[in-house]
Amino acid sequence: MQFGVFTVSDVTTDPTTGETPDDTQRVRSMLRIAQHADQAGLDVFATGEHHNPPFVASSPTTLLGYLAAATKDIVLSTSTTLITTNDPVKIAEDYAMLQVIADGRMDLMMGRGNTGPVYPWFGKDIRQGIPLAIENYALLRRLWEEDVVDWEGKFRTPLHGFTSTPRPLDGVPPFVWHGSIRSPEIAEQAAYYGDGFFHNNIFWPMSHTKQMVNFYRQRFEHYGHGKADQAIVGLGGQVFMRKNSQDAWNDFRPYFDNAPVYGHGPSMEDFTAATPLTVGSPQQVIERYASMREDVGDYQRQLFLIDHAGLPLKTVLEQIDLLAEEVVPVLRKEMEAKRPAHVPANPPSHAERVAAARKEKDDA
Amino acid sequence: MRDFTIVAVSAGLGKPSSTRLLADRLGEATVNALKAHGANAKVENIELRDIAHDVVNTMLTGFPSGAMPEVLDKVTGADGLIAVTPVFTTSYSGLFKSFVDVIDPESLTGMPVLLGATGGTARHSLTLEYAMRPLFTYLHADVVTTSVFAATDDWAGEADTVNPLPKRIERAGGELAARIAGSRHRGPAGLYDDVPSFEDMLGGEGR
Repeated sequence: MQFGVFTVSDVTTDPTTGETPDDTQRVRSMLRIAQHADQAGLDVFATGEHHNPPFVASSPTTLLGYLAAATKDIVLSTSTTLITTNDPVKIAEDYAMLQVIADGRMDLMMGRGNTGPVYPWFGKDIRQGIPLAIENYALLRRLWEEDVVDWEGKFRTPLHGFTSTPRPLDGVPPFVWHGSIRSPEIAEQAAYYGDGFFHNNIFWPMSHTKQMVNFYRQRFEHYGHGKADQAIVGLGGQVFMRKNSQDAWNDFRPYFDNAPVYGHGPSMEDFTAATPLTVGSPQQVIERYASMREDVGDYQRQLFLIDHAGLPLKTVLEQIDLLAEEVVPVLRKEMEAKRPAHVPANPPSHAERVAAARKEKDDA
Repeated sequence: MRDFTIVAVSAGLGKPSSTRLLADRLGEATVNALKAHGANAKVENIELRDIAHDVVNTMLTGFPSGAMPEVLDKVTGADGLIAVTPVFTTSYSGLFKSFVDVIDPESLTGMPVLLGATGGTARHSLTLEYAMRPLFTYLHADVVTTSVFAATDDWAGEADTVNPLPKRIERAGGELAARIAGSRHRGPAGLYDDVPSFEDMLGGEGR
């Protein structure tokens, strides 16, 4: 099972010091976080994509392209790549380029984006969010799988004799996840293609996540990609740790109380009870996240949000160390011990996808 | 005939509240009228004051927490809804509107609804027609034609001797009962009930 971190790239004032990083500082802190996570031995770093302040991650492949050279083992991914407002042709090109540069050490996650004005800014209509995700992704796959594409659709100008370059590494496109919080249509899409399904999970009660993941699993089996429990599932999560649980509560509370998403709403007590946000000792995080498989089944990727709400870089790096040293080794062992042999431990790597593609070719 | 469940939402802030009193009377009138149709019904009361913090938290976080999941299930799963608000600054109260705002906008489609409001004087009675009714019409609820406004004086029977409050309540309860008894409202669709198959979704797209 893979464990990693994902960032939404928010620029938020640290409520304890009143200091706000500028955009440059925030981008550099994201680079540090990814490199630190790689050195600490975490498996995945994923960045969001946003086109409005206070978020700085407008250009994921630039960020990840740098990180491909500056990191060694960590899988680089997105959370999410906007399949609605980006041109699918540009996604095909950018991520194939990233795949080559990262030598296959990457995958990506499709998402629709939920910031209203981004749609019109990019010439799209938010009410067409699902049809855009369906059509654009169908085109993206063809651009990766077919050397020369003739295509006509509803949302972009037709293509005649178009070839997207560079061609995917070893002729095998990157592995794709689809992220959605509350649209079963997207779980259906992921199941249809046999792609991974990621539920952001944070900010939502587990009962909701569980239903959505189970729907995806059933449809994955329906479309003949394997048994429901073999579908590739990822979850988000959110933690804040100190060695001592009470220190974690004291230290995180001002960040929680002022956080952009839930600040000034429910109490931290209520919110940690209702959602996967876990504030406490590493042992408490282990217990909480070891129980996730009881709701969604054995899953392949767990990403933690640890760098938002104005938390200073130093604290974020400490969180990475706690995750890598105390939480992940124990969680991995516990999850691994319970996973049935026929369920994949990890999402497919590039090497595994190349091998599978070869086998398919040989069998044919 | 099966037993019906009517949910009465009242947004009064006082305890005791005349808004709740009106909701109780409307509920009673509806249950009695259903009895005349040969049907049993019970009323479940929701006072928004009790869940006011949860309503705001739901707005801020985007998901129902605390008592909200249960309350929302009750409201959207009811056979009929009685909605009663005090009139604040010429309209429904902010708390009442906030509650309506966190209900899934499609989940009241076809729901039989009876509207009520309370206020100091009968001069506010049209609030029901220019604020409450359009709100529920927007939500595609099935609103009965009689809505009941109770001014302070109405409770003493002096305000309207020709068509006093109990008579208006009885008439409104009768209309809601008839609507419930004949309703084809089947509750909200589940999130997963009508997901189109992928082939259908892809059907209209480019290839």
